[in-house]
Amino acid sequence: MNTLLKTAAATLAATTMLAGAASARDLVINFDDLNPGPKAAFEAAVAKFAEENSDINVITNINDREAHKSAIRNFLTADAPDVTSWYPGNRMAPFVDAGLFMAVDDVWDDNGFREDLAAIEPTMMRDGKTWGVPYSYYQWGIYYRSDIFGLLNLEEPQTWDELLAACATMKENGVTPFTIGTKFLWTAAGVFDYINLRTNGYDVHNALTAGEITYTDPRIVATFDNWEQLIDECGFVENHASMSWQDALAPFANGDAAMYVMGNFAVDGMKNAGLTNDQIDFFPFPEITPGLPRAEEAPADAFFIPTNAKNPDDAKKFLAFVARADVQTEWNKTMGQLPINSKATVGDDKFLQQGFETVSTAAGLAQFYDRDAPAEMAKAGMEGFQEFMLDTSKKMDVLERLDGVQEQVYE
Amino acid sequence: MTWLTRNKLTVAPWLFLAPALVFFVVYVVGPIFESIGLSFYEWNGLYTADGQSTAEWVGFENYRKLWDDPKFWTSLGNNVAWLVLYMLAVPAGLGIALFLNQTTPGMRIYKSLFFFPFVISQVVVGLIFGWFYNPDFGVVGTVWKMLYCEETTNILGNTTFRCSRPAPDILSSPDWATYGIIAAGLWPQIAYCMILYLTGLNNVASDQIEAARLDGAKGWRMLWHVVLPQLRPATFIAVVVTVIGALRSFDMIAIMTQGGPFGSTNVLAYYMYEVAISEYGERYGYGSAVATVLFGIMLIYISYFLWRMYQDEREGR
Repeated sequence: MNTLLKTAAATLAATTMLAGAASARDLVINFDDLNPGPKAAFEAAVAKFAEENSDINVITNINDREAHKSAIRNFLTADAPDVTSWYPGNRMAPFVDAGLFMAVDDVWDDNGFREDLAAIEPTMMRDGKTWGVPYSYYQWGIYYRSDIFGLLNLEEPQTWDELLAACATMKENGVTPFTIGTKFLWTAAGVFDYINLRTNGYDVHNALTAGEITYTDPRIVATFDNWEQLIDECGFVENHASMSWQDALAPFANGDAAMYVMGNFAVDGMKNAGLTNDQIDFFPFPEITPGLPRAEEAPADAFFIPTNAKNPDDAKKFLAFVARADVQTEWNKTMGQLPINSKATVGDDKFLQQGFETVSTAAGLAQFYDRDAPAEMAKAGMEGFQEFMLDTSKKMDVLERLDGVQEQVYE
Repeated sequence: MTWLTRNKLTVAPWLFLAPALVFFVVYVVGPIFESIGLSFYEWNGLYTADGQSTAEWVGFENYRKLWDDPKFWTSLGNNVAWLVLYMLAVPAGLGIALFLNQTTPGMRIYKSLFFFPFVISQVVVGLIFGWFYNPDFGVVGTVWKMLYCEETTNILGNTTFRCSRPAPDILSSPDWATYGIIAAGLWPQIAYCMILYLTGLNNVASDQIEAARLDGAKGWRMLWHVVLPQLRPATFIAVVVTVIGALRSFDMIAIMTQGGPFGSTNVLAYYMYEVAISEYGERYGYGSAVATVLFGIMLIYISYFLWRMYQDEREGR
């Protein structure tokens, strides 16, 4: 207890000292990641900001991600900080609609962000206004065992047919093509999103998550047909419904499965499971409909200003600061993700390099099914995806049920 | 004499009850009415920046939606399955209690071991059973591998298993997952009923047993006509705690399946949590409607329970 108090006191002293002048204005920032990398990156950035603005006294509250998700619902009204981290897309919609976030169009206009952050701009907008500034994102795609590909003389597949052919070779040699753990549902949404983005493209993804087209629409049925083909001709590990995404790393690490549709954060898990850079590699999800502009999943993390912020002027300064190219470069190098500012440079890790290549050349960036669709729809949808993966013969039942949910959610 | 001293016999009990009553009203009765009221609104739990609730009056709309909601009916069906199967804990607890009601050296140790699952937290029981059922590394998976799988090496030379039949994945099967969780829940519940019966058995009058024995009663007849009637209070309590345990089953589901696969292990209590408080919920009005239905079901049972208590009290006097 004593040491805890001491640490707390020391941290407090440190933040106060960093802020410099005693008569400074307070700027309260709530941040939501306690993992070592993101936390260090955030703290370094805050220190730099405080150094540049010695008249601002920065106070940070760092909370665990899940705790932050429930806390934000209260503190935006009751005890609002000046800046809080949150997510774009549909996740910010309830707060925007309740008038709890402040529009920050002036920050975007004054700092040239409309150009530098152009790719992410649509997901930061709602009702014609821009609501926050993103600081980081990461790529999704297929992570694979390059050593297994080497043994089987396989190349990174560029097209759907090449992928299916590669799967056939793997299966002949007793390798399960894909690993996945769908216990917590969202991993299945990643697979769905990619097949849908490659079958129908970015606009259909947005139309579907915005409730403009139904799930029994022929285009979505085509997505599911492709998914069924992937399950039949490639196949996922058995028992995926009882595994978390971390559990699903085990067959991948053991060499029983060769590919994993995942976000870049999984690389850490793979390395912890004993794999090295020589054994794993990355390729973007292959093309399905030829000539379709390639869109990618790139969930972003962002900062927002609550309407009840006491110091919105300095909060805007901080928002302008976090999207600056040099700040994003440093920040994302430390936390191992991709900077969003197109003038920033990316870390020299091979996955980051490939991710940057993939994401920066994409025609559109999707946030992720459960961030683009409203919560209720996302939950029902992801349960449907899991059900379909366990029994593909239920395809039409699932889609019709999702139509029913959709009707209620978007009414 | 002041008013207080004259009426102290009437005032004293209320004075002592007051703190409990205040807390009961503020933290139990109040929220019940609040959530019943909330069930007529559509609300995502947010207030506007100046503190106004964003709730919107919708009347009985939430209940109409519930009626058409297949997940609600799945949850209700599972609640019934829980209620029925959980009742097995009562005879099973009785059986174990009768078996343990002997005077062998070391019996206390056996009794404690049988009671052990009730002492550990439900969350821990859920975790243990979750691992137990795991088709890869759990007991189920290991036994299955011994029966149907052979050990081989995969393409990289690592050990792996090829199975002639896939291992049963109990917690991911929509048909079996609920029963898997109930089985896990029964483990501590049987221990609870057992301890209730063990204390009950201590109070069985030995002269009546003696008399019955002289009259030639033994085995089932002895149990049914002599022992069980004396255990009636224990049976009553055992049934009560088991019904409550079945209706409030939440922790096990939260730990073992989170209501999955695709909602097939939901019960009302968990479904309420899912639609109202969980990450993909945020529909407080709808969650309150689920809570109100659950409350109604419990109310039927609680009324019966209170009525029984009242009758017993009157007979006792």
